[in-house]
Amino acid sequence: MENGRVDQIIDKHHCEASSLIQVLLEIQSENHWLPTAALKRISERLQVPLTRIQHIATFYKAFSLVPKGRHEIHLCMGTACHVRGAPRLLDTIQDLIGIKPGETDLDLKFSLETVNCLGCCALGPVMEVDGKAHGKMGPAMTADVLKKL
Amino acid sequence: MARINSPEELEQFRKELLSTRDPSTPCISVCAGAGCLASGAAEVIAAFRTELETQGLTARVQIKGTGCPGFCERGPVVVIYPEEICYLQVKPEDVPEIISQTIKEKKVVERLLYVEPSTGEKTTYESDIPFYKHQKRHIIGSNIKIDPKTIDDYLFIGGYSALAKVLFGMTPEAVLEEVKKSNLRGRGGGGFPAGRKWEGSRDAPEEIKYVIVNADEGDPGAFMDRALLEGNPHSILEGLIIGAYAIGSHEGYVYVRQEYPLAVENITLAIERAEAYGFLGKDILGSGFDFTVMVHQGAGAFVCGESTALMTALEGRPGEPRPKYIRSNVKGLWDRPSVLNNVETWANVPLIINRGADWFTQFGTEGSKGTKIFSLVGKIANTGLVEVPMGITLRDIIHKIGGGIPGGKKFKAVQTGGPSGGCIPESLLDLEVGFDELSKVGSMMGSGGMIVMDEDTCMVDVARYFLNFLTDESCGKCVPCREGMRQMLKVLTNITQGKGKAGDIELLQELSEVAKDASLCALGQSAPNPFLSTLQYFRDEYEAHIQERRCPALSCKELISFYIDPLKCTACMICLRQCPSDAIIGGKRQVHVVVQEKCTKCGTCFDACPSRFGAVMKLSGEPVPPPIPEEDRMIARESKQK
Repeated sequence: MENGRVDQIIDKHHCEASSLIQVLLEIQSENHWLPTAALKRISERLQVPLTRIQHIATFYKAFSLVPKGRHEIHLCMGTACHVRGAPRLLDTIQDLIGIKPGETDLDLKFSLETVNCLGCCALGPVMEVDGKAHGKMGPAMTADVLKKL
Repeated sequence: MARINSPEELEQFRKELLSTRDPSTPCISVCAGAGCLASGAAEVIAAFRTELETQGLTARVQIKGTGCPGFCERGPVVVIYPEEICYLQVKPEDVPEIISQTIKEKKVVERLLYVEPSTGEKTTYESDIPFYKHQKRHIIGSNIKIDPKTIDDYLFIGGYSALAKVLFGMTPEAVLEEVKKSNLRGRGGGGFPAGRKWEGSRDAPEEIKYVIVNADEGDPGAFMDRALLEGNPHSILEGLIIGAYAIGSHEGYVYVRQEYPLAVENITLAIERAEAYGFLGKDILGSGFDFTVMVHQGAGAFVCGESTALMTALEGRPGEPRPKYIRSNVKGLWDRPSVLNNVETWANVPLIINRGADWFTQFGTEGSKGTKIFSLVGKIANTGLVEVPMGITLRDIIHKIGGGIPGGKKFKAVQTGGPSGGCIPESLLDLEVGFDELSKVGSMMGSGGMIVMDEDTCMVDVARYFLNFLTDESCGKCVPCREGMRQMLKVLTNITQGKGKAGDIELLQELSEVAKDASLCALGQSAPNPFLSTLQYFRDEYEAHIQERRCPALSCKELISFYIDPLKCTACMICLRQCPSDAIIGGKRQVHVVVQEKCTKCGTCFDACPSRFGAVMKLSGEPVPPPIPEEDRMIARESKQK
């Protein structure tokens, strides 16, 4: 991500230190991860120590300090999905793509995240792949969805 | 649209709005809430638009995507006004028929109506569906009438009249009195009386005060705040402005989690519209009262739902709670008095002002007034959001509204209050729902999650699940929470894996005591609740796991095995084909056998085996019978041999 774009986002938030999280969120949503260069730029502009930015970037779930895969899998582990068998899906996904939640595979094809409730409990267990929700999933169906990607 | 500068102008505008809308004009409302969108509501809306256009009806029929009416189980939900005909599970291919039959000919499309599973009876109107009939939908009921992207729909149903009433007819003290009289208690978890919280802030000496909407709804399985924020954002804003007026605040925040992108979008849009109309900003409605609101997105941390952590996060720092020697309504955001209430609490305020505290207090129990929205999820026939008066029994919610447990299974427990709550067994189903009543039985109201569990749910696993969640979400600031949870999780995981030992339960109890007494914030203090309540009501399950290495619910993976009964197996090949790990051997006319070493226990074969055979079995606490010898596996099919 270019410094120019980072500056634009910082300026949009009036260059205030209290907007740090909002700035980071915007960069995360545009770039899908937070590159070190961008963090350094924010540190300079907002006059916030880099350690504190690091603290925030690791504290909140939304941020990633490493690049994400081309396909982002979000598996809902909310209570409703849990009691309807989400752990089974997680096992299946892990077996198939060989990574654990929070990881990205080496050829940057998949990133796997577990999330706590996507809010469509009626469809549980739910898996979201690249923003599309797949509801009422079973291990066999999950495998079908992933194999098609 | 020009600014509205006085209450008279507001009423004038409303009158004009009412006159432009002919009540007999057909209006098609399609739920565009998160649940229905996931089941394809966007495609349905698009199909309606195209169909109306091709039929040349665009001018005569209104179509809108609305907020969530709550019946997520049967989404996408379509309601056709003025008749209020309710169609469920509508697909784009149904759209032409709805237009030609219902809109043009005024006939009902029978096959899309609600069908009562037990009797097969069909219900035409929304309000007659049993799921809705037993509710009191004061807050969420408006969702289906409102397109949240506009402000006019909200004004159409009387929106912002409470604000006008307050600004021009009531002193801040009178507003405060009314809210106190209504005994409105915080809907976010703690149940603290809103009026008293407001009063504390009002009386605080600091000049600058804040009001904040807590929309960091983090409880897994709870989504009522999201539905309100997405579906009727103006009602929350109106409540917030009234609150600000009562305590003398001129600046407000909406803290909404970024995991709810639609809610962020709708509330941001609502704030812009409200500013344009003069409901926000300088000199609101010409009253001289100034108030601005900003949206702050949460970056994903469950602990930020806690008041002090949320305020720390608003300041741009990691959301860690701080000790509350002085409450945040006196020293909160930037050390200034800050009133923080959750979405549903704020949404109640305009109702209380408009209809009065006496109207509000007629619903509910002694200690808990008004209605409460619950998200009824899990092993329940009608998943969705239900708004009920406080004091209704759990049995009524689960059986009358929720339609009971699907698949003929037996009810086991209902979990309320999210990760800080507890599990309530069947023997307590006649409990009246209220803040104090739920606390008494070891659970809590929380924000209103209600997760139903049937006989297949293992209670030890549920406790482990919540502890796992909380361990992950603990901010790590204080030791009892950070370390205590971790140890509890280890012990519970061992138990679910069949590695439990005598003394584990006592150790868990001891750890619970410390976490309860010594944690800094409510997250740690209430974290042992799921364990304690499941232990209280389901101790036998813990003991079975530890002493017999058996999971009574046949759910804990390490303690169960799958086995195909050779006498029942008809060699139909269904499970064999579906098994993702090729752990089933067999063939045509050859009894199938699970290779235990290869089996990952995903349960696919169990689900796949047709119920008329029921050959796949789960075993726990007993050895798996040896596979039958290969020579005996052939099934002789008499009919085919002839």
